[in-house]
Amino acid sequence: MTNARVIRFLLGLAAPVLALVAAFAITSLVLVVAGDPAGDVWSTILSWPEERNLANIIKNATVLYLSGLAVAFGFRMNLFNIGVDGQYRVAAFTAAVVAGEAWLPGYLNTAFAIVCAMAVGAMWAGIAGVLRATRGVSEVISTIMLNAIATGLVAYLLRKVAVREAGSNDIGTKQIPEGSRIPNISIGEGPTSEIYGFIVIAALAGLLFWFVLNKTRFGFDLRATGQSTTAAVASGISVKKMTIVAMLISGGVAGLVGLPILFGSAYAYGSTFQSGLGFAGIAIALLGRNNPIGIAIGALLFAFLDEQSNPLQILVGVSPDIVAITQGVIVLTVVVSYELVRRYGIRLEQREVARVLADQPATPQKEVSA
Amino acid sequence: MSSPAPSLETPPNGDAPPAVRLRGIGKRFPGVIANDDINVDVRRGTIHAIVGENGAGKSTLMKILYGVQAPDSGTIEIGGEQVSLGSPADAIRHGVGMVFQHFMLADNLTVLENTVLGAERLHGIGAGARAEIRRISEQYGLDIDPDRLVEDLGVGARQRVEILKVLYRGAQIVILDEPTAVLVPHEVDELFGNLRELKAEGLCVIFISHKLDEVLSVADEITVIRRGTTVATVDPEGVTARELAELMVGSELPSPSTETSTVTDQVLLSVQHLGLPVPSGRALLDDITFDIHRGEVLGIAGVEGNGQAELVEAIMGMRPGATGTISLAGRDITHESTRERREGGVGYIPEDRHRHGLLLDSPLWENRVLGHQGRPPSSRRGLIDKRAARADTERIIAEYDVRTPGPDVLARALSGGNQQKLIVGREMSSEPVLLIAAHPTRGVDVGAQAAIWTHIKNARREGLAVLLISADLDELIGLSDRIEVILRGRMVGTFDPASVTPQQLGSAMTGAGPDA
Repeated sequence: MTNARVIRFLLGLAAPVLALVAAFAITSLVLVVAGDPAGDVWSTILSWPEERNLANIIKNATVLYLSGLAVAFGFRMNLFNIGVDGQYRVAAFTAAVVAGEAWLPGYLNTAFAIVCAMAVGAMWAGIAGVLRATRGVSEVISTIMLNAIATGLVAYLLRKVAVREAGSNDIGTKQIPEGSRIPNISIGEGPTSEIYGFIVIAALAGLLFWFVLNKTRFGFDLRATGQSTTAAVASGISVKKMTIVAMLISGGVAGLVGLPILFGSAYAYGSTFQSGLGFAGIAIALLGRNNPIGIAIGALLFAFLDEQSNPLQILVGVSPDIVAITQGVIVLTVVVSYELVRRYGIRLEQREVARVLADQPATPQKEVSA
Repeated sequence: MSSPAPSLETPPNGDAPPAVRLRGIGKRFPGVIANDDINVDVRRGTIHAIVGENGAGKSTLMKILYGVQAPDSGTIEIGGEQVSLGSPADAIRHGVGMVFQHFMLADNLTVLENTVLGAERLHGIGAGARAEIRRISEQYGLDIDPDRLVEDLGVGARQRVEILKVLYRGAQIVILDEPTAVLVPHEVDELFGNLRELKAEGLCVIFISHKLDEVLSVADEITVIRRGTTVATVDPEGVTARELAELMVGSELPSPSTETSTVTDQVLLSVQHLGLPVPSGRALLDDITFDIHRGEVLGIAGVEGNGQAELVEAIMGMRPGATGTISLAGRDITHESTRERREGGVGYIPEDRHRHGLLLDSPLWENRVLGHQGRPPSSRRGLIDKRAARADTERIIAEYDVRTPGPDVLARALSGGNQQKLIVGREMSSEPVLLIAAHPTRGVDVGAQAAIWTHIKNARREGLAVLLISADLDELIGLSDRIEVILRGRMVGTFDPASVTPQQLGSAMTGAGPDA
């Protein structure tokens, strides 16, 4: 069976590669049709990043990774948590307020703020979970609505607690005291070559994600529910309970998304705090096949495309927004190529089973499924 | 391409070319040979049965004859002329019509509307069509009123509407795919009456079935298919059901009959006044009361949709809103969750294995875990024990003869019979005290069927209590120690399988009252 495992692994790899190739081809087509130099664009994007850019890519990828994990957790149960965007903003705001108030000293303050952020993210997602479990409200609709509410709520509350930054029109929460900030890790020379210390927490989250889903009974129940609700019910899984718990966990992970920025560079939640991270997470979860390693690769790729497209305007006179097209197309091609590869894999496996069984001694009741 | 349909006047038999002649038909799917060198002659004015176990290739052959699939090799002659059927429309043009096992009728339309749908050009959609339907109904004794809504018709009448649709389109050759699977015994008799009418009018009927007694009573000729190829064409006069079955299987045939009773007086499952009310309308289950003892198989007979599925789900705890009490081995489980009930010793072979029994895109060992997540060997202290689960899957594969290369294969890659054997093996593990088996041998081949029967009988001997729901009356009579009949959500009669006939059960199932 190791042979079959290798084939399964290769097929798993084939799908994203196919999707990326297709996405690059479509983007090139757009460039050619628009009369832009496709070759120059790709050679700029696909050049090896400088140390400074590399640090930016890793920093950005850390944030995207957490977002992808949050979305993927829901996906594994067939729950479409579109609301990671709202959840992380509510959570980051909460963490900023808690850490800014500094009720506890040093890293206790940090830990407390992180727990608060996860709890608030979980609760925000839990609203959608409860609605889905008790009233059958589609979590897609309710999380989108909750995103809108989150925007309004955070803006309203920010106004209440805000302090105006000196010499700026931006408003923000109180600065987090130095002793509660998470130190950055240097990967080279100078402050531009630092990555978030939060990357350790992100990696731990990925490890925990893998362990919970693949090794625990809870994770089995979650995946079983995702594959077949009916089979899950018959096997004794309470689907309602799983729906709520899965949304809570997804929201809890979403609560971490904004924190690398908060504790590593911004130190306060202001009106310019980075937004849209939740939506990128959806694409990254899809690209990474809801697998923690895959999501890491997806997050790095998205961060790489974002970073490398910055100089496009200056160097070749093409808007960096072209990579947004690439990223969008990736989401579509990923869905198509996974389905193609999945069908091919099933046919391959059925043929393999038939072949192995045909080699076994002939028995009277060998059956064929027509 | 516009060959005329065989003329009606030609008497049966004679030297005229056969209505349908199939020569050397072959069809392959990836990894599977569905048909291989099939040769069949169907004479005019006859009922020709095609029999074979599940997966033998009957349905593929009929799809080829109806133009749904193209054969890889071989020729089809209709009325002496070689044809190529690229689509069902081609087949209909050549006078071939098919009645599928699952009806293709719109419930909210009338018989007339259903009939003309897609054939509007033949006789319009109004008075002309209505007159034609009346004429056909009269000519073949179908007894169908064109203006009734299909949803008001019973199963037998719906099937006649399907036959009428085919005749309306000018079919001279009517294919019926397992037509009796959905019928109770007296409806079967009516259907056979209709088929004899068709035959008398010079049409020819191709009748696919695996119910041999029925085939013997109605067919003029029988072709047996085994593992994708025709093994014999026999005359029903000179053959017994047993001989036919052995031709089908190629070996000695098993029977479901139980040996001596192993029933004890220890009640294992006690269901008292079980109900499943519906806010507005008739209750799905109404005051159901029965006991199953240690070592006893209780069979539930009933026409599908009379509450069997609901009964099973209520006992499994999958139906909120059920009333009454259920106790298992003296312990009240009325308010327990499905998981608690399963862990209390209830094994469950669900009716629909794809929907309720398997994770199709997961490997077999994960399917072994399904439903047993909380117990060894599947898990230990909240963690899935992959090594033990795989080892136990290997055991099931060996003991239950699941044909698979190994426990890492995806469940989807197995054939239906092997999937079912895996489920039976899984549900028999962890020493259940009660097994709920809903149609345990539905859609599996004769070999797997015999194996499943043997496992149920063995477990019963060791003291298992079994609730058996089946549409196969022979299976019910053969395996059960007692049979209860369910009709519209109520228990309407108890029968002793030693003395009951399928006809008696059939009339009780349809509400005609138990015959003496």
